[in-house]
Amino acid sequence: MKDIRWRIILIAVVIGLSIWSFYPPQTKVKLGLDLKGGVHLVLRVHTDDALRVETETTVERLRDSLSRAGVQFAKADVVGPTEFRVAGIQDDSGYRSAAVDADTNYDRSSETGGYTYRMKPNIAIQLRDQTVTQALETIERRVNELGVAEPVVARYSGQDQILVQLPGVEDVRRAKEIIRSTAQLKLTLVEQGPFPSREAALQAFNNNVPSDAEILPGRQEGGGTAGTAGTVFYAVKKASAVTGRDLRNAQQSIDEFNRPAVQFTLKQDAAGRFGNFTQANIGRPMAIVLDNRVMSVATIQGRITDNGQITGINREEMIDTVITLKSGALPASMDYLEERLVGPSLGQESIRAGFISSLAGLGFVVVFMVFYYKLTGLNAVVSIITNLIILLGLMAFMGSVMTLPGIAGFILTIGMGVDSNVLIFERIKEELATARGVRAAVNAGFDRVWWTIVDTHVSSLIAALLLLQFGTSTIRGFAVTLIIGLLSNVFTAVFVSRTAFEMILNRRQPAAQTLSI
Amino acid sequence: MQILNHANYNFLRWKWHAIALSAAVILGGLAMIATKGLPLGIDFSGGTLIVVQFEQPITEEQVRNAVDPLPGEEVVQQYGEVSERRMLIRLPQTEGAVEGNSLEQASMQVEQALAKGGLPKFTIVNRELVSAVIGRDLQLRGIYATLASLLAITIYIGIRFRFSFAVGAIVATLHDVLVTMAFLVFFGYDLSLNVVAAILTITGYSVNDTIVIFDRVRENLRSRRREPLDKIVNESVNQTLSRTIITAGTTFLSVLSIFLFGGEALRGFAFTMLVGIVSGTYSTIFIASAIAIILSAGTARRTAAAASPTDAAAGQGGKKQKRARAS
Repeated sequence: MKDIRWRIILIAVVIGLSIWSFYPPQTKVKLGLDLKGGVHLVLRVHTDDALRVETETTVERLRDSLSRAGVQFAKADVVGPTEFRVAGIQDDSGYRSAAVDADTNYDRSSETGGYTYRMKPNIAIQLRDQTVTQALETIERRVNELGVAEPVVARYSGQDQILVQLPGVEDVRRAKEIIRSTAQLKLTLVEQGPFPSREAALQAFNNNVPSDAEILPGRQEGGGTAGTAGTVFYAVKKASAVTGRDLRNAQQSIDEFNRPAVQFTLKQDAAGRFGNFTQANIGRPMAIVLDNRVMSVATIQGRITDNGQITGINREEMIDTVITLKSGALPASMDYLEERLVGPSLGQESIRAGFISSLAGLGFVVVFMVFYYKLTGLNAVVSIITNLIILLGLMAFMGSVMTLPGIAGFILTIGMGVDSNVLIFERIKEELATARGVRAAVNAGFDRVWWTIVDTHVSSLIAALLLLQFGTSTIRGFAVTLIIGLLSNVFTAVFVSRTAFEMILNRRQPAAQTLSI
Repeated sequence: MQILNHANYNFLRWKWHAIALSAAVILGGLAMIATKGLPLGIDFSGGTLIVVQFEQPITEEQVRNAVDPLPGEEVVQQYGEVSERRMLIRLPQTEGAVEGNSLEQASMQVEQALAKGGLPKFTIVNRELVSAVIGRDLQLRGIYATLASLLAITIYIGIRFRFSFAVGAIVATLHDVLVTMAFLVFFGYDLSLNVVAAILTITGYSVNDTIVIFDRVRENLRSRRREPLDKIVNESVNQTLSRTIITAGTTFLSVLSIFLFGGEALRGFAFTMLVGIVSGTYSTIFIASAIAIILSAGTARRTAAAASPTDAAAGQGGKKQKRARAS
């Protein structure tokens, strides 16, 4: 008797805690994107970009130290993101002492008159990892600037994929552009231009663009946006006086004609460099290049140190440019691998459909159990409902997300939860047939099927655990619901249901002779 | 109340018929897959899926005409009830798509085509763009997860029971997966992520019934060592029959409610589960135990020889013995 009192208290506490944990459900149960509406994006970071930059910088430094040491060489070229080659070395021992720095991150293999360098594998892995982390942090800052509630930015499967979930975002295209924009800012000299077309620009160089220059699209002053009708082309220097990394701040502003503009300021060391650069090039046209698009071109009037202005943009471009510049440049370019967009109206409908089918599923099962097992069927109903309460409570407690397949998992839990009850009830019936008395039959029924219940739950758990590895949040939602449902079902079908049986048996003194089953 | 009172059917007598029926369904499904290819949804093949809500009623034909000029083979389907005025448009992954904006390209083309086609105003309620990279990744995961699940369950049953039982259980589960796939092909459902989730759930669920029967077989084997295995198996199937049918029934009913009321997004999932539940029950009764017995035929014959002259006689005799015990 004492034992059963404690059991009832335990069950009551579990139910109470569960209800406390998910009530009120509107605020405590998290909804997935498919119910709330929003967009799920997977991006791939082109980590090769970052490795190439590292390799280019290394070659640049190598050239520097070689020329300082007076070592003669024919050429030093980047041949791949992680590989460069130095050829035509005259003085090998002189070269090796001057080029010792390059050996820290690169493996050197010799060939006639030169060396091939390959980035050390562990360095490459580390760099790739850093690149993805940096990209992740940058995206986080941008998403926060967008003002989305409860966004998710996380690493995804593979080494170079990032998951971004934006609930309730309305202008998906704009969000995607902001996230993806590399925000690579360059301030550089214009060689020639503007030209009306890329071909015209190429012709100006007799189709032979110098290796230190490149042709980029830009916009005609006072006309359309880049990429549309008003596009013109400029030949600009590849090397940039300052880059996005040198930025200290960017803010919304207006230009001399009261049009939207972005004002940016440079960090101190960059300001010095930029001052020298502008001083040396007074009178020449300078281009502000953002993500390989010439944003504006202006003639350098005098020494400029720490600030500049991007003009000729509309209001929206101004806001977006500030967001991307402020959040910092992405270390590598990215592209989208996956996009799943659910409109808010569809989400609302799914919630309603999920709710109706849950009630219907529960209704079907309750009617059947009571009809078939009579009063004992109520035990099963109690245990199923307890199971659902615990399931909801645990999901809210763990912060798991409720998705549409998750609701399906819920309904499935109702159906499968009955399984253990049926197993026990059928066994009790069988034991009753051998006429050993009600209490003995109930005890034997529970004891004999215990291992069967363990086995069936383990096999279902195995399948559910393997579902977890699908990164898509909707499927994970299903798997998590199923796993929690299965675990709490062991508790409700065995512990709760047995306690219910014993309560009934205890109430009827002396020992009952019949059972409504 | 009792659906099956003292069930006593000789299921094992039908084992070869059952195996033939299953083989017919599975081979039919495989033949259709071989000729038409596995119907991969865009989750696995990559591609574009858009659900568009129109402000005015519209027919599939009108939408099809509007998007027909686009490259590739578009699929246009009514999505949900006609009164909801929703259309699903699906495009395959464009071959040799350029890196970069290519993911959104097809969807933008569809939107433009719909806007130009003189159709009523529309809004996009759902859009899924999946690149080939992700599709391939999910394909691998799907295959890996299904195989790993089958393997892990086999090992578990192998440890808890005997090896021939594990094989029986896994053949039955594999049977359910193949039958489910066959029905998906017959009824024109695509393999989406949700459907694969349902198939995986089936692997876990369908083995449940089998475990219940095997547990009973083990229990009966312990108490009645002298009787032939096939007789004990058949009796165990009968003893657990009402439980098998009731739980399949309740699970079926709850999944039926998803199929009926859960909306378009869960229809494929619910259909897969429904087929899987029916197939799982059928395979538990007819296939799993048959395989277990065929595999342990050597031991079964030896013990059977001691009890009765032939297998058939053992089955017949089983009936009489059972009645005698029940009285």
